[in-house]
Amino acid sequence: MCQMLLKNLSIHQCVQMWKRIVIFSLVIPFFIVNGAVANEKALHHVTFIPQWVPQAQFAGYYVAHERGIYRKYGIDLTIIHGGPERPPGDFLRNRKADFATLWLSSAIQMRSEGVNLVNIAQVVQRSALMLVAKKISGIETPQDIDGKKVGLWGPIFQIQPRAFFKKYNLSVKVIRQSYSVNLFLRGGVDVASAMWYNEYHTLLNSGLNPDELTTFFFHEHGLNFPEDGIYILEDTFNKAPDLCKAFVTASIEGWRYAFSHPEEALAIVMNNLKSQHIPATMVHQKWMLERMKDLILPEDVDLPMGSLLLEDYRRVAEGLKDNGLIEEIPEYTSFYRKCTRYDEK
Amino acid sequence: MMKNRGLALKLSLLILTSMTVIFLFVFMYNYFFSRRIIINNVEMNARNLASATVNRIDTILYSLEKVPENLAYFLEVSFYDHGELLDLIRTVIEKNPEIYGASIAFEPYTLDKSTSTFAPYFYKHNGETKFTYIPYEYFYWDWYQIPKELDRPVWTEPYYDEGAGEIVMATYSVPFYKTVSGERKFMGVVTADISLSWLEKIVTSIKIAQTGYGFLLTKNGTFVTHPDSDLIMNETIFSVAEARGDSQMRELGRRMIKGQSGFVPFESLITGKQCWMVYAPLSASGWSLGVLFPQDELMADISHLNRTVFFLSLVGFLLILGVIVLIAGSITRPLRVLAKATEDIGSGNLDIEIPPITSRDEVGKLAESFTYMKSSLKKYIKELTETTAAKERIESELEIARDIQAGILHKVFPPFPDKDEFDIYATVEPAREVGGDLYDFFFMDEDHLCFTVGDVSGKGVPAALFMTIIMTLIKTRATQGLTADAIVNRVNQTLSSDNPSLMFVTLFLGILNVRTGELQYCSGGHNPPYLILADGDIQPLETTNGIILGVMEDFSYQSKKITMQKGESIFIYTDGVTEAMNEKEEWFSEERLEKELALLKKRPAEEVVAGILEKIRVFSTGVQQSDDITMMIITFYGE
Repeated sequence: MCQMLLKNLSIHQCVQMWKRIVIFSLVIPFFIVNGAVANEKALHHVTFIPQWVPQAQFAGYYVAHERGIYRKYGIDLTIIHGGPERPPGDFLRNRKADFATLWLSSAIQMRSEGVNLVNIAQVVQRSALMLVAKKISGIETPQDIDGKKVGLWGPIFQIQPRAFFKKYNLSVKVIRQSYSVNLFLRGGVDVASAMWYNEYHTLLNSGLNPDELTTFFFHEHGLNFPEDGIYILEDTFNKAPDLCKAFVTASIEGWRYAFSHPEEALAIVMNNLKSQHIPATMVHQKWMLERMKDLILPEDVDLPMGSLLLEDYRRVAEGLKDNGLIEEIPEYTSFYRKCTRYDEK
Repeated sequence: MMKNRGLALKLSLLILTSMTVIFLFVFMYNYFFSRRIIINNVEMNARNLASATVNRIDTILYSLEKVPENLAYFLEVSFYDHGELLDLIRTVIEKNPEIYGASIAFEPYTLDKSTSTFAPYFYKHNGETKFTYIPYEYFYWDWYQIPKELDRPVWTEPYYDEGAGEIVMATYSVPFYKTVSGERKFMGVVTADISLSWLEKIVTSIKIAQTGYGFLLTKNGTFVTHPDSDLIMNETIFSVAEARGDSQMRELGRRMIKGQSGFVPFESLITGKQCWMVYAPLSASGWSLGVLFPQDELMADISHLNRTVFFLSLVGFLLILGVIVLIAGSITRPLRVLAKATEDIGSGNLDIEIPPITSRDEVGKLAESFTYMKSSLKKYIKELTETTAAKERIESELEIARDIQAGILHKVFPPFPDKDEFDIYATVEPAREVGGDLYDFFFMDEDHLCFTVGDVSGKGVPAALFMTIIMTLIKTRATQGLTADAIVNRVNQTLSSDNPSLMFVTLFLGILNVRTGELQYCSGGHNPPYLILADGDIQPLETTNGIILGVMEDFSYQSKKITMQKGESIFIYTDGVTEAMNEKEEWFSEERLEKELALLKKRPAEEVVAGILEKIRVFSTGVQQSDDITMMIITFYGE
């Protein structure tokens, strides 16, 4: 096995792998004797798809996967790489993936449209979605956006911006924005959508200085929509709630490990990105991981990781309803299934 | 050599220090000047190289741009069907080797109403022309969306074309339009792709010295080509700057992507070496070319030159050090010999041989002078030794003579302790070891005391000898019963008859009857003595008008007589008393003598003489005694 993998792995990694195998062979009999945790044969094979490419936005899951944390909790996980052509909501609905990360807003929308998914952990507490404009185009306040060309991503990324436009009574020309920021950089749009942890930094690393940019963080405009959460179809959850709890626990452990071992986490992320031919820079992923920490563990929020507050849920759901994006607000208790049993406060 | 280090070291230090300063100045000037020349040359070459490379790339890019532009124009003015389109694109690919792939991508449901996406794409793969319809929704891809939104042709950022080209490429996209009822309607874009490996070939062909290189940045600052392949498509100059915490690099990147050009110092991302970098924009795509010139490698020649100059200087230093030591040695060696010789001479060894110094310079002259000085000293010291020996002999003889002379004169007072009719005291203070003054007294018979005081002409040994003759003469001539004048006449005749050295003497001779006080006296040119009366009055004795003895054989001396009363004294002296001088060259004088004698009246004879002597000494303090001083006093008491 090692021989086979030698082509792709460094000697160090190979040695690490052997170590892991040896540790497993020592640990597994111990678990069998105790009967507390499932052994190799009883591992649950599950699939998971994050919303996007394997960047530091999902470092916790990839780190947990790479370091065998899922296996520790009895899960044999296959991660399906996300991307522009692989919407996780579809994968979940079509049962192509067992677990998926989704934005809270789009998940509520999906559930109200009849997709019976449930939130088992609200990982990201704060909205990273933002609008950004060049000061040179004369945009300094929300009102300045009126009449401008604004780049927006797909429908689920448009909920907050449209609520924002409504709030400030702005009439804009919406241009569909791709995942690159080049349209904005070349002047194809005046205002662009950006994730704080991603496109905003890409802009900085394309030569724009922070003081040359005007930023509109939605959470600063009363539109904080907690974003990435872990979702599963309700029937799947009902069949295997312990598996969900194990998945959430492992994922949160993965996140904690990633935050406390950022270099190792970044190395894992970089490897995944390179294998996908995705332009990736260490500084960008580092920025992203740091921002994820800000978003997952905001300094002014004191909650167990993975919690979904009712008030956050209401704000997002009501925002959706007010904007006519949903008819009815799904019931909070049926939407959110707390799975943070193993997580320490 | 080490023994010479005093002078040699000073010389070396001074000269070498001055030389070092001068050399350093020249060296630095040379270094900075040549460095500036090289930098100027490098900058000129760098700018030329950059602009040549930029032109080369631009030429190709511009010619490539023409292809989709012409195609777009054709699409706007012509009618075509599906098959013709495909032929058109295929021809473009096959006729243009630098174009990797080309496509015409239409807006949804325009050409083919049945599909939303319609974008036939021809591309090269392993030397064959392949065909596909772009399989993804391309409407929001940069190569489609940006020219659409900007209404103008655009070079895209390079991207990995997943699903179609499957390579990293950059695309030139030209929008094309159709005028429908007077309205210009966007129809799609014509694209031409270039493989980045083509660009890379041009840029990596730039080799400067050993480690210089070129690289290309896109409008976003992304590395398109770079010797470090990890940077390509992954990093921007800004992300590298962020990773390195290098704000200057970030500023440089901003200038580069703004299409500026320049020549700046820059650290190589490959070797970490300090480089110069020239940067210039590609006018076609707005990308920026940077070329790095490693400083140390371009400075290799000047560094080599500097090392050589330094080495030569070092050799020169050593050479000069040697020369200085030699020169110093040639000066100090004879000096040392001379110094040693001088030391020996100083310790008295005048027989030492001064080593021959043949040089004609100052040192040679010094050695000559030394030899002369040595022989002069030797001669002088020889003479001095002889003179000193002679002087010592004379001095010892004089000493003996003095003792003899002193022996002649009475020294024990009172000379006649059993006689109390009179008191007598006399003394002589010679100016030199021996003197020409004399005194004497003796009884001629029971009652007659003959006494005499004389002053011989000249001083020293001749005078002493003459004085001795006179005393002997007086002693032998003053026989019993003779009068004073008879004695003086006899003495004068004897002296005058045989006096080849023409010496003479003043003489006072008296004969006192110690019982009666009768005094008979005769003076031969002598100072008149004083008679000190009992009441203290002082009067000179009446002169006998005799001339000095020894000059006229047949002169007839007369004598006179007085009778001394009890308590009267007679004071006889030589001119050494009255002519004793003080520092102002004033004489002690008869007046002063009389005054002092008056003050000393009625004192014993010895005290009077001692008193006068003391006054003279005080008077003549600081002045060497020039003449013998003789005094005699006789006080008559009677029976």
